[in-house]
Amino acid sequence: MTQYFHSVTLDYEKCKGCTNCIKRCPMEAIRVHDGKAKIMEERCIDCGECIRYCPNHAKVAVTDKLDKLEGYKYRIALPAPSFFGQFKDQEHIEDILNAFISMGFDDVFEVALAAEVTAYIVHRHIREKKKERPQFSSACPAVLRLMQIKFPDLLNRVTPVLTPMEIAARLAREEAIKKTGLSKEEIGTFFISPCPAKVTEMRCPITAKKSAVSGVIGANIIYKDIIRHIAKNQGTGRSGGKQRATKLGLAWGYTTGESRSVNFNTTLAVSGIHNVISLLEEIERGELKDVDFIELQACTGGCVGGPLNIQNLFIGRMRLRELIKKYGEKDPYFDEENLARLYEERLFEISEPIQSRKIMLLDEDLSQAIIKMERLDKITSELPGLDCGACGSPSCRALAEDIIRGMAFETDCVINLRERVKILAEQILDLARIVPPSMAGMPNRKKEEGDKDKGM
Amino acid sequence: MPVDPLQYTPKITLEFKIGEKDFYMAGESASRTKRTLQQLGLNQEVIKRVAIIIYEAAMNVTIHATKGVLKILIDPNEIDVITEDEGPGIPDIDLAMQEGYSTAPYEVREMGFGAGMGLPNIKQNSDELHIETKVGVGTTVKAKVYLKEGGFTSA
Ligand SMILES: Nc1ncnc2c1ncn2[C@@H]1O[C@H](COP(=O)(O)OP(=O)(O)OP(=O)(O)O)[C@@H](O)[C@H]1O
Ligand code: SF4
Ligand SMILES: [Mg+2]
Repeated sequence: MTQYFHSVTLDYEKCKGCTNCIKRCPMEAIRVHDGKAKIMEERCIDCGECIRYCPNHAKVAVTDKLDKLEGYKYRIALPAPSFFGQFKDQEHIEDILNAFISMGFDDVFEVALAAEVTAYIVHRHIREKKKERPQFSSACPAVLRLMQIKFPDLLNRVTPVLTPMEIAARLAREEAIKKTGLSKEEIGTFFISPCPAKVTEMRCPITAKKSAVSGVIGANIIYKDIIRHIAKNQGTGRSGGKQRATKLGLAWGYTTGESRSVNFNTTLAVSGIHNVISLLEEIERGELKDVDFIELQACTGGCVGGPLNIQNLFIGRMRLRELIKKYGEKDPYFDEENLARLYEERLFEISEPIQSRKIMLLDEDLSQAIIKMERLDKITSELPGLDCGACGSPSCRALAEDIIRGMAFETDCVINLRERVKILAEQILDLARIVPPSMAGMPNRKKEEGDKDKGM
Repeated sequence: MPVDPLQYTPKITLEFKIGEKDFYMAGESASRTKRTLQQLGLNQEVIKRVAIIIYEAAMNVTIHATKGVLKILIDPNEIDVITEDEGPGIPDIDLAMQEGYSTAPYEVREMGFGAGMGLPNIKQNSDELHIETKVGVGTTVKAKVYLKEGGFTSA
């Protein structure tokens, strides 16, 4: 297996070691040791909770920089639907698309358009394959990574369809090859991303063998350039980016957009990683068998709530909705026949089952694992149960686990340490009262002993 | 008495108290046990079976009895799911075991329970099932899942 990559990292200078993030992380992946937060790489699912929550802005997402464009002859921007909600004065969608061209991309392909393709394929797939209900969306990589670790038995209910990002890259590359005659390798596809999870999905894809996306650029990185070029292009009538997506695809930018476009009688949309976890727990227990399709998104509010966006999630959603109202009514670019062909070609399906990841395992051997669990229970019962986080682990139980795994000590618990210090202090005091026989009979000693006798 | 280390079987016990109308507890104890079993590396099939047993058995205590405890005993050979409750008891166990038989009141059915599938489900998912009951006193349900025949896997 290749080394596990993930995007969210720590800005060492900014971290004050405050322990705010450790409680927020749904994977219990963060520890604060030696005054700095550390992310346990293999546990992080790149949900971005810690980025949103850190008061010192010490959690950052590593995305690609614009200089990565230089490696390609023909560069295509793939803006996420949520990106269009980041602009204040309700720019025309095509103004935003044109700005990509004037800032140096050769073409721009809306991921919203690919989302319409995704929705069609997902719908047909669920309708025709008659799989166990409910079926889950595959679009949010952070949710898929969560399921790999915490809900492995639900993985077979993820609809095996590539993400809109991936489908966009493939469609865009295909178009570009036809148009330019260049080879696959000469064409660069760059997703403009609201979140770190997409960076990880490009570098270590779980839905495809190799991603067709060449780079993932954070919305926050490119935003200023786009704004500048929108202003610059004003009145020049400069064009190049044609809007092809309709409201169906654009609405994937916020929660419910996806489930509506997948279009079944009974669908559900859940957003926010902690909400997703509670819902999946219910489904694990056999609930919601009457629901056809569930849209799951790690960010509250859906992709507009992504940590790399510029606008507050509610404002972003409002802006996106305004744009959709104004420009969303269009004839679909892909007609029924095109879509049916794409479905039948099966090029956009996830070919191999998504694997589970057993990283919470205590030991490979069951007896050993049980012995460790016994110890874990014992240590937990001896900890104060306050879950205060002062030890640097998110809860008393998590500290006990860290102790078992050899990453921490029982004295890391400040409450227990305080108790121990108290006992030690009493012992020292007791020792101090014991005087060598040679000093017996001296006034001090007599007095002390006298006091003690009186007190008893 | 000295413990022979070769005879020693490590064992862990999870315990949950179930109160009356404590509808959350069944789900929560099933989820928490699931996490524990995942940490122990048990395969999905076994985990799923155990979770169903826990959920149904604990739900029965919540719905049909007054209060009780749920215990899950795990050792390398088997998992026991035990509920002990104080409640009305089951007058006719054979009847209660039948699919579709339920005495659940209207409001419980409204909540989506009371299909009479709990006990049959427990039976189907366990390798051994023992029910002891005394009318007017309470019921003990013991379900066992073997781990030896392919139950455990670290794959
Ligand atoms: N712990 C218990 N105490 C008393 N009666 C019980 C207990 N468990 C089951 N019963 C009786 O056995 C019947 C059948 O139980 P079973 O779990 O199969 O179905 P249910 O609980 O009624 O419905 P479902 O489990 O499908 O929601 C119950 O309706 C009840 O009369
Ligand atoms: S991105 Fe999510 S999973 Fe990763 S460390 Fe931050 S909060 Fe935890
Ligand atoms: Mg029942």
